[in-house]
Formats: sequence, C-alpha cells, structure tokens
Amino acid sequence: MHILDRFRDPEIGRGLLEKVSELAGRAQEKLGRPPVFMEVCGTHTVAVSKAGLRGLLDGKLELRSGPGCPVCVTDYGDIDAMVAFGRLPGVTVGTFGDMVRVPGSRTSLEREKARGADIRVFYSPADAVKWAQENPERQMVFLGVGFETTAPAVALSVAQARALGLFNYSVFTVHKVVPPALRALGSDPEMKLDGLILPGHVSAIIGRRAYDFIAAEYGLPAVITGFETLDIIDALYNLLQQLLSGGPARVENGYTRVVKEEGNVRAQEILDRFFEITDVSWRGFGTIPGSGMELKPEYREFDARSRFAPEVEEPRIPAGCRCGDLLKGKLTPRECRLFAAACTPSHPVGPCMVSSEGACAAFYQYERRSAAG
Amino acid sequence: MPNNEEIVLLAHGDGGRLTHELVTGLFLRHLGNRTLAAMTDAAAFPVGEGRMAVTTDSFVIDPPFFPGGDIGKLAVCGTVNDLAVSGAEPRYLTAAFLIEEGFPLAGLERVVASMAAACRDAGIEIVAGDTKVVGRGQLDRIFINTTGVGVIPPGVDLGYHRIAPGDRILVNGNMGDHGMAVLAAREGFGFGDRLVSDCASLHRITGRLLAGLEGVKLMRDLTRGGLATSAKEIAASSAVDLWLGETDIPVGAGVKGAAEMLGVDPLYLANEGKFLAVVAPGEAEQALALMRADELGREARIIGEVKAGAGNVFLKTALGGTKYLDLLAGAPLPRIC
Repeated sequence: MHILDRFRDPEIGRGLLEKVSELAGRAQEKLGRPPVFMEVCGTHTVAVSKAGLRGLLDGKLELRSGPGCPVCVTDYGDIDAMVAFGRLPGVTVGTFGDMVRVPGSRTSLEREKARGADIRVFYSPADAVKWAQENPERQMVFLGVGFETTAPAVALSVAQARALGLFNYSVFTVHKVVPPALRALGSDPEMKLDGLILPGHVSAIIGRRAYDFIAAEYGLPAVITGFETLDIIDALYNLLQQLLSGGPARVENGYTRVVKEEGNVRAQEILDRFFEITDVSWRGFGTIPGSGMELKPEYREFDARSRFAPEVEEPRIPAGCRCGDLLKGKLTPRECRLFAAACTPSHPVGPCMVSSEGACAAFYQYERRSAAG
Repeated sequence: MPNNEEIVLLAHGDGGRLTHELVTGLFLRHLGNRTLAAMTDAAAFPVGEGRMAVTTDSFVIDPPFFPGGDIGKLAVCGTVNDLAVSGAEPRYLTAAFLIEEGFPLAGLERVVASMAAACRDAGIEIVAGDTKVVGRGQLDRIFINTTGVGVIPPGVDLGYHRIAPGDRILVNGNMGDHGMAVLAAREGFGFGDRLVSDCASLHRITGRLLAGLEGVKLMRDLTRGGLATSAKEIAASSAVDLWLGETDIPVGAGVKGAAEMLGVDPLYLANEGKFLAVVAPGEAEQALALMRADELGREARIIGEVKAGAGNVFLKTALGGTKYLDLLAGAPLPRIC
C-alpha cells in the first residue's frame, strides 16, 4: 500500500470523524454554538470540499475559508497592471495558470489573450526564463504570484536571468507573506474564529515557530496540517481537543513529515537575499503592513514595474462582490448574493470563483445543488 | 516516400501537379479503396436497412503526436465513437485536411498512415477527402475534419427518454488517460510514456452490449469535459439525479498521481476510448460481463445508479460525504502553490 493511501483510508477516516463529531458536540455545549474553524489555505479548501467534509460535519462545526489562495487575494489594481503589461508592444506575459481567468476591474488576461495579447502559461518561472532566452526579440514579464512557497522559485529565475545576461526577462511581483494576514485576521474585532488550520506548504518554508504569535497574542489554537483527508480530520480533532482542554492555546505541527520547527532555512535565505518586505494591498483586507515582497534595489533592473511603468487606471470594484469578506471568513459562499447567480465559473465576478483554490469555485464545483440541473 | 527535408508547400493545395502528387502518392497509397480511387466529386455507396447516422467532428489537437496516438488515429476513433455510442455500426468516413505550409511531409505521411491503420482496425473506409494548405501562422500545423456515416440497425433505440430511476451506470475502464497524456506531452512534464492516451474505436464493445441486451438505454463517449461533464449533461437532459461512488470509478495510478501533482480532477479529463452506459438494473451485471470480455473493457465497473431527482450528479466520497459534480468551466488549470 502506498503511504499516501494510508492517509485516505476511509475506515480510519470514519472512525476519526466520529470522534471529531463527538468532541464538536461537547464544544458546542461549552460555547453555546457550533465551533468555527478556518482553513487558511486554498489547497485545504479544495481538500475539504473534495472529501465532502463540510456536509458530514454540518450542524456540528463550521469550516470557513481564509485568505490563503494567492490568486484570490491579488488586488484589482495588481490584476489591472498585469493586463496593462500585456498591452505593451513587444511584451509577452508569462503566468501561472490560475491567474489567467481572474477578472480585474475591466477585463482579464484570458480576454486580453483573445484580443491579441501574448499571454503564456508556465508551470515554473524557470520555463519562462528559458522562453525569454529563446525569444530575444520579445520582453518576457513573468507574474510572480504566491506566498512564501512560490517566491523562492521566482527569485531563482531572476538569478538565472542575471547569470544568462538576459535583458528581456523581468518579474512583476505581487508576492505576499502569510503571517501578517493572520495578524490582520486575529486583530479584527468582528472575527469570530475558534481555531486555525494552517497551510502545509507555506509552513514547510517558514517553519512552525513562525506562527507562535497566533496562540500567544490572540489566544487562538492553530494546527499545521497536510492535504490528505485524514490530515484535515486530524487537525480538526486537535483543535477541538485544545478548545475543550481549557488550557492555553498552542500552535501544533500535525505535518511533521514535511514541516520543521525552523522551516526550510535555505529557502528563507533565498527570500532574504532577493526580496525586501513592503506594505501591500490584499483583496478584502486593504493594505496589510509588512505583508508583501518586492525585489531588493540590487535586483530592481529585473523588476517589471520599474522597467515598464505601465499606466493603470483607477481600479473599479464590481458591485456586490463579497470576495473580500469571504477571504476574512466573515461569510460562506452561500451567503454571498452573487454566488451561483450572477457569479459562476463561466462568468466569474470575483476571484474566489475563478481560482482552482478559491472557496466559491470549490463550493460551486462540489457542494452546490441545483434546483433543476 | 517523402524524406525528412520535404515540407508541405502552398502549391500542394493549389489543385495542380503537386496536389495531384500528394493525393495519389500519399493519400491514395495509404487510404486507397474502390470508392476513393474513382476520384469523383462525390462518393456513392449502398445504404442497407435501418436508419442512417451522420456525425461530424474537427480535430485540432496540440501536440498532433502524443503517447498512444496522433491526430490521425484520433480523427478516426473519435468519429467512429460518436457513431458507436449512438448505436450505429460505422461504415464510411470523409476526411478533410487543413495543413499549415511548412508542415513536414513525413509528419503528414505518419498521420495518414495511422488513419489508414485505424480504418482497417475498425473495418471502415474513407470514401471522400479534401486538402487545403494555408500560409504559415494561419493555423497550427494540421487540423482534420471528418464526417462519419453509420447505420443504426432496426430495433436499436437509445436516448434520454429511456432512462429511469434504478438504472445502473457503467464505464469501460480508467478515467482521464487521454487528457492527462496530452497535457503531459504538451507541457513536457517528462512523465515519459507512463501516461498513454486510451485512443481506440469503441464500436465492437458497444456492439456487444447492444447485441446481447435489451436494457441498454443510453451510451456516451466521455471526451471533452470527462465523466463529470457527461454525467451532468445526462442528469440535466433526463431530469434525474445520478449518484456515483467515488471509490467505484476506476482511475489509473499514473493519472491519479499526475492529476494530484497538477491539481486537476481526473473525472473532468478527456478520454478517447471510454464510454458510459446506462443499463436497466436487471441487466447491469450481464452488461459488466460483456464489457469485461472485450479487450477495451477489462477494467469496466458499475460506478453508480440513476435516482429520481432534478438533474444533479452526486459523488459519494470514501468517507461517506457527498460532493456535487457540475459541467467543466474553463480548461483545467494547474495549481500554483
């Protein structure tokens, strides 16, 4: 049996789920309402939907999705800028696939491509560097989207471009770091969360220790976990135990097969070497201090912003879009008036309906019933 | 025999000498049959008893050559399968080639030879054809359009109108092989030949079912959008719910692993040698046995059943949860973190 199959064993899963239901019942008695946990990471959101966990725990505990889908938290203005790069003569925009369909204020990369912009999907920034090398007559602008997980690869692509002496490769970075967003959540007086499920991949880079403030400063129990069904059920079990124990909140590592206390030191060094921390705007949160990464001055020549400075109109936010509140865990997709009505995967209004890791896309795909087909 | 240097020129499509050479020296050499060799403006052929079935399809696959097949084999199998799942015995095909100037003649020969092999395998003939060559950049390498003609024998009646609660849903094997093989070949993921398209003609296995059973209500080939999309279309068109068991749906280990890595769902990936059959409950086990007796049905499974409802598709997860499946929206994109 493959090791991962153990993490999907339905027998073990059902047994653990019964325990979770029982503890959730006790937590409900204690709180006077079902406990509310947030899965911060988009990949967890999809895993929860795919396993049908929300329905299985309906009425016992509530799972909210958080700001951990990098595409979803990309601000309108940033997407408008990506579109603006695509409209510059001689520029090819390279991107991870998820970004292509996300609507900006007025259009998306997908629509711009249909109108003639050269938009190319790459699986890795290294492939975009290779493309730039093979197409010296075009300027390749790679869209650096993602958290601590994708930023090191983008940093290395800059190093690669410099080593190759490429003058036609640059990156538009909208990279973000996760902990400040968790601070923003923790200090929001309207937030009513009883615990956090922390992202596995980001934690692999930054380490368990980086989250201690969640328990220490906000009194929130938190668990880092992996992406298999059992990982998630196990994390719920741990959070409930913490809730019921009455002891101080802790940040636990339930993903020790991947995540270390100190994280991936080499990746952290790469981030420190290439990026400096800045204040950036997150969709739904506004500006979060110290939550963004931009290239340091010594690499600024590879920064597409300074190379091209495209003109970007003032962003327009579509009326009624609640993606922002959703990313803060203030509502579920079903509570958004646009969900499955004006906003669908074929005609998305907000990013949460577009990204494969967006909460609304996951809900729409796996958790929605239609009235008549 | 074209050597490796020779390419398709605009002149190959101008109706003159080069066109003639291409038609006789390449197309007729591989696809030759009496009807085609007559070189008339229209093919004439006898039509037997029953109803005639006609289908048309265009093939624009990128890349044109992939593990397990190429655009030529795909064009034949894809068209045959549309006829097969309609209950028709495939008889004749037409093939129109749209070629970008500069496409290697050796590549064209490879495509035509594989069409010929697929036709021989299926026992059908290409009876009419056309070739157009367009300038560089006006299309991507090679496109093929086909029309397929088949005959539905008297007594065969397939359709949404026959589907009823209680019917069982069967598939003839693993889901997502073609979509994943092509995605991997296109993006150069280096999975090697571990991911192979399932491109194959299904008319023999569908014929077995129809010949042996009265209770086959509907068949669908699970191409673009995969099993999930076809299931949703069937549910919506028949105003019933389909309940599928996640653990009953066969997915090969290679596709499963690659799909997880890329964040795509095998149930939404295209197949080119897989079909779904809705069968009366009393005949489901027999249908399964008939499928498994065919080389294209060794991995066949009963994956679910029809219930009264309103056009939903539900997937029971291994844990006992329920997921909802919908039409594919947009191309499946990889995850970014």
